[in-house]
Amino acid sequence: MLSSFAGAYSFDNLRYLVEGLGITILVSICSIIGSFILGLILGLIRYVKFKYVSAIVGFIIDIIRNLPLILILFFTYFGLPNIGVKPDVIPAAILAMTIFESAMVAEIVRSGIAAVDPGQMEGARANGLTYWQAMRYIVLPQAIMKMIPAMVSQFISLVKDTSLATIILLPEMMFRAQIIYGQNTNYIIPMFVALAVLYFIVCFALSILSRYLEKRLA
Amino acid sequence: MIHIFQEYGGTLLYGLGQTLLCSLIALFLSLVIGTLFALMEESETKWLREVARVYIEVFRNIPLLVITMFFYVVFPLYIIKMSGFVAGTIGLTLYTSAFIAETVRAGIQSVDPGQMEGARANGMTYWQAMRYVVLPQAFRYVIPPLGNQFVNLVKNSSTLAFVAGFDLMYEGNIIASNSLETMSTYACVALLYLIITMPVSYYMKYLENKLA
Repeated sequence: MLSSFAGAYSFDNLRYLVEGLGITILVSICSIIGSFILGLILGLIRYVKFKYVSAIVGFIIDIIRNLPLILILFFTYFGLPNIGVKPDVIPAAILAMTIFESAMVAEIVRSGIAAVDPGQMEGARANGLTYWQAMRYIVLPQAIMKMIPAMVSQFISLVKDTSLATIILLPEMMFRAQIIYGQNTNYIIPMFVALAVLYFIVCFALSILSRYLEKRLA
Repeated sequence: MIHIFQEYGGTLLYGLGQTLLCSLIALFLSLVIGTLFALMEESETKWLREVARVYIEVFRNIPLLVITMFFYVVFPLYIIKMSGFVAGTIGLTLYTSAFIAETVRAGIQSVDPGQMEGARANGMTYWQAMRYVVLPQAFRYVIPPLGNQFVNLVKNSSTLAFVAGFDLMYEGNIIASNSLETMSTYACVALLYLIITMPVSYYMKYLENKLA
């Protein structure tokens, strides 16, 4: 048993696995940035209630929120080539994660804005700010404070969800662990231990961050 | 899209059935396990609280896929052979139970502590008070988040596709590679998922607004 651990954790294997963690983190960070920006815009559109536009955007958000991420990954990687666009695997993964997560973030943004006391908006308008000025300088800063804990938990699940991109052969950590234990069945348990520990470290660090922010901002 | 349904409708519906079946089994089991761990977390015994804490943190912070693959790959090798469906359902149950435990705990905490004190003052033991007074009230708050967990379960059950669980995603994937019409096959699969998840999540939103 011990020797299989020693063999599985050879320098080359570990380096290969940690490079996979690098891809996991790269895809996560790109999708976090993308979905934060896109989600903020979509959430605002949904909250503000432009005629028709908000209803349509809201409906699309609901559709995406209610689909499995794996299906969206299939759409971007295997579906898009069917209509003439052929993205590489990393962009396809980032695209799918961004689409999926921005729908989630949009809901967080919407409920965050709704949680701000309406008196804030009224007060700002009464003091001569336009609607968008009041939104930008008064309401949004308070709303973002309220959103941060939920947002961080969403990003934790994003990091975990990158493992699903194994199915479109994204060479991230899960995928590489499968390759390593495919060479030698004795490596299976060591690889699962390594996967569990590495994912746990990244996600647990983020959950500690979210709990800290929750206390600071409450 | 229509001819995909005509040609592969039976297979897709079978997959939908498997998806629903494993989601319902996992929902029931994870509700039981989750409530158990929530009670442990709220109990007055220190080691029980710590065991529950560790369980919840571990399963919340490891990807579902890793848990499912563990049961699919490691278990048959050393302990017992199981089908992809069983491995997937076990993985889903353990993963979801950690989230449900947190939900139930929040529900218990939202019940006025006076309820527990009153029940104890009337001669009930701690567990009687919990069972007959606190938990029934806690579950009222827990229902909308539980509905959302069910939606998550249906979505997450697509990991069964990794372990040959013959769920909707798995069948859809096979049809896509047979028919080569990826876009319309995935659109059919999406439609079938939405038929389950959309009504539930809209209803839960309605309940949330009603309770709030």
